[in-house]
Amino acid sequence: MSFYGLVDGSDASLKSYLNNLSGVDQVGAEARAAMLATRSIKTSSKRWAIETAITMVDLTTLEGADTPGKVKALCTKAVRPDPTDSTVPSVGAVCVYNDMVSVARTHLDLIGGQHVPVAAVSTAFPSGRASMPVKIQDTQDAIDAGAAEIDMVIDRGAFLAGRYIDVFNEIVQIKEVCGDKAHLKVIFETGELVTYDNVRKASFLAMAAGADFIKTSTGKVAPAATPPVVLVMLEAVRDFYEMTNTRIGVKPAGGIRTTKDAIKQLVLVNETVGPDWLNPKLFRIGASALLNDLLMQRMKLDEGYYSSPQYVTMD
Amino acid sequence: MSNRIDVKKTYKLYINGAFPRTESGRTYEIKNAKGVFIANPCLASRKDLREAVVAARAAHSGWNKATAYNRGQILYRIAEMLEGRRAQFVDEIMQVTGVTKVKAEKEVTDSVDRLVWYAGWTDKIASLSGSTNPVAGPFYNFTIPESMGVVAAIAPETPSLLGLIDVVAPIITSGNTVVVLASTKAPLSAMTFAEVLATSDLPHGVINILTGKKEEIAPWMASHMDIDALDISGLPAKQHGPIKVAGAENLKRIHSFKAADPGRIIAFMEAKTVWHPIGL
Amino acid sequence: MSFEYAPAPESRAVVSIKPKYGHFIGGKFVAGSKHFPTINPATEEVLSQIALAGKPEVDAAVKAARKAYVSTWSKMSGKERGKYLYRIARIMQERAREFAVLETLDNGKPIRESRDTDIPLAAAHFFYHAGWADKLEFAGLGTSPKPLGVAGQIIPWNFPLLMLAWKVAPALATGNTVVLKPAESTSLTALLFAEVCQQAELPAGVVNIVTGDGSTGALIVNHPGIDKIAFTGSTEVGKIIARAVAPTKKSVTLELGGKAANIVFDDAPIDETVEGIVNGIFFNQGHVCCAGSRLLLQENVAEEVLHKLKNRMEKIRVGDPMDKNTDVGAINSKEQLAKIVELAAAGDAEGAERWSPACNLPTKGFWFAPTIFTGVTQAHRIAREEIFGPVLSVITFRTPQEAIEKANNTPFGLSAGIWSEKGSRTLWASQQLRAGVIWANTFNKFDPTSPFGGYKESGWGREGGRHGLSAYLKGVSHE
Repeated sequence: MSFYGLVDGSDASLKSYLNNLSGVDQVGAEARAAMLATRSIKTSSKRWAIETAITMVDLTTLEGADTPGKVKALCTKAVRPDPTDSTVPSVGAVCVYNDMVSVARTHLDLIGGQHVPVAAVSTAFPSGRASMPVKIQDTQDAIDAGAAEIDMVIDRGAFLAGRYIDVFNEIVQIKEVCGDKAHLKVIFETGELVTYDNVRKASFLAMAAGADFIKTSTGKVAPAATPPVVLVMLEAVRDFYEMTNTRIGVKPAGGIRTTKDAIKQLVLVNETVGPDWLNPKLFRIGASALLNDLLMQRMKLDEGYYSSPQYVTMD
Repeated sequence: MSNRIDVKKTYKLYINGAFPRTESGRTYEIKNAKGVFIANPCLASRKDLREAVVAARAAHSGWNKATAYNRGQILYRIAEMLEGRRAQFVDEIMQVTGVTKVKAEKEVTDSVDRLVWYAGWTDKIASLSGSTNPVAGPFYNFTIPESMGVVAAIAPETPSLLGLIDVVAPIITSGNTVVVLASTKAPLSAMTFAEVLATSDLPHGVINILTGKKEEIAPWMASHMDIDALDISGLPAKQHGPIKVAGAENLKRIHSFKAADPGRIIAFMEAKTVWHPIGL
Repeated sequence: MSFEYAPAPESRAVVSIKPKYGHFIGGKFVAGSKHFPTINPATEEVLSQIALAGKPEVDAAVKAARKAYVSTWSKMSGKERGKYLYRIARIMQERAREFAVLETLDNGKPIRESRDTDIPLAAAHFFYHAGWADKLEFAGLGTSPKPLGVAGQIIPWNFPLLMLAWKVAPALATGNTVVLKPAESTSLTALLFAEVCQQAELPAGVVNIVTGDGSTGALIVNHPGIDKIAFTGSTEVGKIIARAVAPTKKSVTLELGGKAANIVFDDAPIDETVEGIVNGIFFNQGHVCCAGSRLLLQENVAEEVLHKLKNRMEKIRVGDPMDKNTDVGAINSKEQLAKIVELAAAGDAEGAERWSPACNLPTKGFWFAPTIFTGVTQAHRIAREEIFGPVLSVITFRTPQEAIEKANNTPFGLSAGIWSEKGSRTLWASQQLRAGVIWANTFNKFDPTSPFGGYKESGWGREGGRHGLSAYLKGVSHE
């Protein structure tokens, strides 16, 4: 394992790497995010942003009450978000619990959705509280069932207790299970990490350990993907790219419900890491209700009047 | 010439931005100076007080974090709303207390102006009661006054509107939230004032107004462990002793006042002093 | 595939600019005799004709101000004076969009800045000072502080409405009446403000606005009927005023130029620091007296910071000030642009290394790309003279003491910035710096409660806060 030559796998080397990071001033970071939120995205750029955002949605259902019926309906919506308009692109992925992966993959293939990957949440999502063998099995099951993406959670308890090497090693091990079959997203649960300093640390830790994507939240805890948190993660990804020439993806999840929210995220990407990241390979949005709002806003731009939830399907 | 029948107002309590009836179901009669029935305001119970304190506590964090500028604008908005409804208040005061129109007008005018006065204090009180302190050492030392939390208050019997405002405004200026018991004999202005509050962008729970008997509510205010301070300006002096004894249980800060003064704001603030070394 | 932002222009429809303006004297708009054009510096379009006040107009204004002071304003209770100021604040908030658009058209600053910074702060300034009007006995300036009388106020073109608020609000709150002259290139929002005074039913003559150029300003400064002069502008003119007023009994406050050091220590929070550097010198096109125009970088992080700074500067959007996505607008005038160009050329000539991101500057109007000069030392002209434009001079230092020495090594003393995550060092540096406003881990932050003003040749007195009141009240000094 080379870890990009940034750390050697030891506790000491990891601590030194993390302690060398510059701090984040909360007030300054929030002010920058707030300024970028004033960008006015209209007409053609709005249309482009909405289309792009649709392709970035990881359409998600993560309920205890999920059934095959629910998951199949989600898959149908993922492939053809608007049954009356075939120009609407498919979403970026479908995101489910690992025991629903097989249902999702089968159904997607059935309805012409081969191009839509299935992402599985993993490692005792959302709490992350289980033994390592259980987490590994969780991941393996999902990949065997057809998941092309694994969204793992970090052990926040270990992180907050300062056991960074444990957090690091867990990511390394799960990455090994993924191999070249699945890309790995690492979820921080930023609402539990609380400080931007912690988010920055977690970002650099996860990227060095092999994450393909860093992700804000499970969607089960608020606050989740606030603009300043995403800004801090994008800045880390930008710096990492300069250090290693590797582009890591970012996925905000939770709390992004409206088109306005989604566009704010795209502006953050655009003005922090740049337009190379403005595609589903490097930026995803974990959401469910957002998709319909994107569709309604798209309709408004095309038709010129405000739409209604009656004109989009509930699933 | 038809005789139109009025739609008479039902007077309820004002808790957490809403107008619930008292949980006790009790009311009492208010008659005008000529002995004619006007209304049945609520006779609040200790449970209403309890709910009001819960609301005030929940509201404290947000109100305290609001900028002083924002609090000032809201206090000014309350004045705007009150000014706009002068006539109704003048009418009500005359009806209930029997005073002349001139006196009632003056009370309403002074009430509006008093709110404006306190609105201008929110962002200045720190300049007055805060300081940097030149300690004998390489330290930056500063004192910042902060709000206490939840303050309970007894408004004076008269004047029924101005007295309530005089009690409540200095308390919330600094970021405290308040539960106030209105004048018993003349409670209606307080409840109409609650309507003004409800249309002033004041966050729910910052001001809560109860109507009822002092002898019933005051002791429960005094003993309540989640109330940080009391303003007993509306209680007769001879009743202060027992209230202070009960309040000692959680060392409530207990005050009563006679006039408008920035000291009333400072009395319900705590001074926090911070030390920080100065060096490379 | 790139994310281009389509044009997002703010609508001009909310303002209606008259073809010609007069003055606002004694509560009425009166016709002017001579006029000069005022233009939109982004397009060079003529917006209107502004009146040039001469002796008769200035005399009339001072007379109106004196009459209002003697017969109405000095007799009025603080409580009632305050209520007029509250009305003005509220009306400014109501007409905020109108003011913002007008300010951008006349000044050239981005609409986002007018809308989000200038106008809200101006209204807040009136709101804050309204509350002092009936509380002066609590300001620590005596039990019954007295106003000075009639104040003559001359303001600059960089924050037209905000500078008006900084002058008029405290003057009125403390019981004075005013004769105010806005800058010749930016008079429109002052004239709209006069309408607000009418809407607020402010008694006639309490506020008088006379427009004009330097000659009008001189008439005000030298007028025997004025008790107090308040000036914001260049240090050069400030000294002229100080000399002119010396033989008289007039009080004077001056808010002049600066060449602020923005000091970055090696433990600064780097991304927010880069934002702060950009904000410090490119906010308002660098037309800011307290701009962080000298970047003092700790040598061991200089390379990293400069690299990030240049990357960040590539994202600055320079262009149409009326576009909501514009970050940096037009230079206010042809004259100012010439000054900036001249000093930047001096930077080149003296051997500093110039860098700007690629910018598509419009062909009409006055424009200057955000620019940094590295390899600057204290002896360079661009390290000593105020450029008043989007030009940053970068200087390095080795130790904190050296940073302080370099920062203080200037006749100016208006402001400074400190970037570090170490509290004790930040406080130490703030103690050592000879500057009236110090920003730590932030920059260009203003608030009505926060006193603003400079040490040394950056001026006399403070504006804002409790400290700012004393400028308009009779004090202990007889000078």
